Amino acid sequence: MSAIIPYPLLAAGLVLMWLLLGGFTPGHLVLSIIVGVGCSHALAALGEKSLKVRRWLAIPRLFGIVLYDIVRSNIAVAGIILSGQRRTRSSGFITIPLKVRHPSALAILSIILTSTPGTAWLDYSSARGELLIHVFDLVDPEQWVELIGTRYERLLMEIFE
Amino acid sequence: MTIDLADVPIWAAIPAAAFLVIGAGLSLLGTLGLVRLQTFYDRIHAPTLATSWGAGGMVMASMIIFTAASARPVFHEILIGIFVTVTTPVTLMMLGRATLYRDRMENSPDLPKAARHVPEPEDEEKEEQNT
Repeated sequence: MSAIIPYPLLAAGLVLMWLLLGGFTPGHLVLSIIVGVGCSHALAALGEKSLKVRRWLAIPRLFGIVLYDIVRSNIAVAGIILSGQRRTRSSGFITIPLKVRHPSALAILSIILTSTPGTAWLDYSSARGELLIHVFDLVDPEQWVELIGTRYERLLMEIFE
Repeated sequence: MTIDLADVPIWAAIPAAAFLVIGAGLSLLGTLGLVRLQTFYDRIHAPTLATSWGAGGMVMASMIIFTAASARPVFHEILIGIFVTVTTPVTLMMLGRATLYRDRMENSPDLPKAARHVPEPEDEEKEEQNT
């Protein structure tokens, strides 16, 4: 399998995207498969390591949790901006120790943290495994370490490591 | 493809309008926050309203309207949502790290102790070799 299609996920994603944009016809299907397989061979020539997903079941769970958190923090941040300066709010930096080392897992964590309003990924030290984030409405730093450490990191490690 | 908005049935028009108002409202709030907040680190949080549910709401509204009007499922807008979400960290991290770097160089009082520069293990080794 890996000899014919080096990156099955990438090829499937390209086929799906092609069909979404071009409409589903037999001609487009053949063309998209050719492009998908060709592109994954091009990436293989670059020597990128293929992504291995260990537990598929954890992906919808992570997706659901993230979607819920994004809705919640959207409401929270919108409320703070609307209330203006009337409410005292302290924003601040937190250093979070991370156990996860997989590059793809870190990339997904950065997408989660930046698309959630209220948290911003600032710096990551791979030597020490420490992540520096800025939190818009900082009440209890321990709560954020707990949230990222258990809620996201555990699921990401289940998926990738 | 042009559509006549009068052809859109009421069951699709109501949720689409709601999503459109939510999306546009959140994007407006994001830009308001960008103007009104005081420090840079606070300001980078405001535009993420527009890139998460601001864009998401408008994409949902568009999918509902075009699915109802053209009588076939239209989903390709979801690609906009995916690519906006996946590429946001690139810009935000670049801006955030550039500011952090400058503040560290200037030893800015805005930075608490936790965010100050901590030497990497390799840096320490190099310094030891130099002395």
